[in-house]
Amino acid sequence: MVTFPGSLDEVDAARAIELAGGEAVGLWHGDADLKGVDAVLLPGGFSYGDYLRCGAIARFAPVMSQVIARAGEGMPVLGICNGFQILCESHLLPGALIRNDHRKFGCLDQRVVIRNNTTPWTNAYEVDQEITIVLKNGEGSYVADEDTLDRLEGEGRVVATYVGNPNGSLRQIAGVTNERGNVVGLMPHPEHAVEDLCGPGTDGLGFFTSVLGSLAAS
Amino acid sequence: MCSLSECLVADRDRFEAGAPGSLDSGSVSLDTVAAAALDPDRAQPWAELGLKEDEYDRIREILGRRPTASELAMYSVMWSEHCSYKSSKVHLKQFSEIPQETVAGKMLAGIGENAGVIDIGQGYAVTFKVESHNHPSYVEPYQGAATGVGGIVRDILAMGARPVAVMDPLRFGPLDAEDTHRVLPGIVAGVGGYGNCLGLPNIGGEAVFDETYLGNPLVNALCVGVLRHEDLHLAKASGVGNKVILYGARTGGDGIGGVSILASETFDEEGPAKRPSVQVGDPFMEKLLIECTLELFRAELISGIQDLGGAGLSCATSELASAGDGGMSVELDTVPLRDQTLSPEEILMSESQERMMAVVEPDDVAAFLEICQKWDVEAVVIGEVTDSGRLSITWHGEEVVNVPPRSVAHDGPTYHRPYARPDWQDALQADGAEKLARPTSGAELRETLLRLVASPNLCDRSWVTDQYDRYVQGNTVLAQPSDAGMIRVDDQTNLGVAVSTDCNGRFAKLDPYTGAQLALAESYRNVSASGATPLAISDCLNFGSPEDPAVMWQFAQACNGLKDACLELGIPVTGGNVSLYNQTGDTAILPTPVVAVLGVIEDVTKRTPTGFQAEGEQVYLLGETRAEFSGGEWAHVVHGHLGGLPPKLDLAAEKALSQLLIAAAGTISSAHDLSDGGLAQALAESCLRNDIGVEVALSGDAFEQLFSESASRCLVSVTPEAESKLLELAAAHGVPVAKLGRTHGGALAVASYFEVPLAELRSAWAGTLPQALG
Repeated sequence: MVTFPGSLDEVDAARAIELAGGEAVGLWHGDADLKGVDAVLLPGGFSYGDYLRCGAIARFAPVMSQVIARAGEGMPVLGICNGFQILCESHLLPGALIRNDHRKFGCLDQRVVIRNNTTPWTNAYEVDQEITIVLKNGEGSYVADEDTLDRLEGEGRVVATYVGNPNGSLRQIAGVTNERGNVVGLMPHPEHAVEDLCGPGTDGLGFFTSVLGSLAAS
Repeated sequence: MCSLSECLVADRDRFEAGAPGSLDSGSVSLDTVAAAALDPDRAQPWAELGLKEDEYDRIREILGRRPTASELAMYSVMWSEHCSYKSSKVHLKQFSEIPQETVAGKMLAGIGENAGVIDIGQGYAVTFKVESHNHPSYVEPYQGAATGVGGIVRDILAMGARPVAVMDPLRFGPLDAEDTHRVLPGIVAGVGGYGNCLGLPNIGGEAVFDETYLGNPLVNALCVGVLRHEDLHLAKASGVGNKVILYGARTGGDGIGGVSILASETFDEEGPAKRPSVQVGDPFMEKLLIECTLELFRAELISGIQDLGGAGLSCATSELASAGDGGMSVELDTVPLRDQTLSPEEILMSESQERMMAVVEPDDVAAFLEICQKWDVEAVVIGEVTDSGRLSITWHGEEVVNVPPRSVAHDGPTYHRPYARPDWQDALQADGAEKLARPTSGAELRETLLRLVASPNLCDRSWVTDQYDRYVQGNTVLAQPSDAGMIRVDDQTNLGVAVSTDCNGRFAKLDPYTGAQLALAESYRNVSASGATPLAISDCLNFGSPEDPAVMWQFAQACNGLKDACLELGIPVTGGNVSLYNQTGDTAILPTPVVAVLGVIEDVTKRTPTGFQAEGEQVYLLGETRAEFSGGEWAHVVHGHLGGLPPKLDLAAEKALSQLLIAAAGTISSAHDLSDGGLAQALAESCLRNDIGVEVALSGDAFEQLFSESASRCLVSVTPEAESKLLELAAAHGVPVAKLGRTHGGALAVASYFEVPLAELRSAWAGTLPQALG
């Protein structure tokens, strides 16, 4: 779990990992050292203030060189919200995230449909399973050119889609994966839906139990 | 801490309206202490800086000479209304007569610190405060609101606490007014933009519309912080030889406002302002400052700390020095600048955001600077603590300030402003809403309900609150639209706190004493409804001009009301803020004493949610309903009427209801306090929360039952199994209880009067803000 200056949701993400039975290890943006972790989570937030373009600076952080290298070797990587933006800026995932079509920040309990349950982050779900997790962003509208969108859909690389379209994402895309399937970017926040007490239910926990199951199986 | 830019912006109107043309706008050579002695009769622009002649004379008397330009600037801002509370402090001091303890124990820090600190048990303490940023938010809505959040967060941080939640009570002009469409979206985006970027959940607040706020919106900002008892840090500079470190953002020219006339060589009355008088926020810097400061606390490297808010370095140096050993020397040249052309006066006055000042033992300085570097936060030693009893500031080796720090920070003038009950008050109170034409038939009552739920003050707030992150940190147990926001403090023990802010300014206009008490009572009730025990209040007292005796009377009455209610309810005031001069021309805003109540709950899993939870719950009304409509939403929306007397408040009944609600947490399924819009609104919101209908039967006058705004009432639902327990508890606490019906079906149904399908209800309630604001 990487902390960039301006990361915000790393505490929640660590709690989610631990609730799922894993051990959360803090990684620092300035250290090109993954401390022997088995999977990497890039949390939400506003890395380096995101005054330029979301994730545009974070991709150059020393820690990202290691994340990119290990992702290429098949390590599971999940980027949530700002983490998704960083993965796109790092070219680990195609497309980009731009300002919401309604031009406002939005924080909602959002219904999402899992479209691909073969990634290490989604295998605890059924295909077409509808879950409710939290969507909160100002720049969450997923865009890519038509060919890329066709390819993503054709290859089953759309991981999740929104029910409705809360931010103007093309083809209602909420999350995508890379060709190998180990890197997943997701705009909504499963880590905010892991306890009945502090969020809209526990539908998000599956992302974390999925990866722990995948790691145990390998 | 004050928000200086509040008064600068307010004062600016006076500059523009009729500033005298005799400003000393000639070339400005460095004005030093030595020069002041040699040139004792130089004309100084004290009046343009907002000082009165006797105040200027008093400064000369304190110093035994004329002040230097830098000293004059410091005194003028620190003795301003917003920093010195000169009009309000004679009325505020009564709050310190309230016993400084809560049901959970003695207060760990009280009024006078940046924010009061309350023991909540298990070794934890909380600190919270609500503050205004009204005038800047009118001039520049986004930055004004954003920096309002930033300022209150630094106040909380300076106590050694980790900020855990924010909340924003907002007031706007009419929803359909053109300027509201300029002001509101900017303010909401500013609150969200700053708070979201800090990773602080926004868990509630208010959005209220009234025409008196059209030219003067209110942006109040609240922050709650949590700390361990041993981590409490107070603002003082002790230990001769200790170093004074300024860290955070660089100092720039923002927020200087009217003060820049002192330094500007090219000042031109006709020309544009030299620099923006509203500060610009950088929430990313603030996030780094929070994490950096918390790490410095953990490493025990801080002896004293103060945030830089209103009046910038003037305030921080004089307040830290006067609270400690009484002396401090500062080399102003060492202050990192964004703009190298700033004069010493401007550096002292700058309200650049995201800055903190710490007092550090010499041996700890290296470790301090290292942690700052880790977080990419610039930090510089700018001076040290002395035992001289003077605050001495040098610029290029020459002394530009040499003052007793206490005289700047605490010895400002005290005004006993005249106050008088306005001559229109009797006529206003005689014009009650109880005589207005009422709906009687089922169809009329139905139409009234739909009209009210769609009205700006009662409709769905999610257009506003969806722009705030309410989930970050993963500890949000309750957030808007719940009665109170609730945050888990410890995820092992489930200890938590709840907080609510409220004020109905119309009630306060009708009777400021009772109106302030009603604001407190509603907030107190909201916290109790969530299952938490109210511990303390913080208030933000927004009023018109103190130079108007009618406004001063409202202010004095509101303070008296709050104090008396606190004494009766047994809860202290931990601090707060006063914002005066909230008016457009001669028209003051509704008196708006916003009251925040903070409560503790030992186990957040036992909290009571707002809104019906399931079919088949039994629905009860707690408390007594009287025919009270004056100042209420029905009179406001349907008749555009304001007059009469606000609802009666029986504090003993309020306390009994509170204790019942706390005892019933875990027994009842939901609770929703009755306030604006009365029972009708509470039923509608309780149904819409989870789309669960209700069937109720009313005894007596249906209109009175549905739309009265009598205080000290709460709507609760309970499973059939727990029904007898609720009744026992109500009897034990002496709270009147009446069964209304049960949750059932897909409509809000009032037997023998009307039925509204929930889809129709939702469409009326949810459509208003999106339709108006896009």
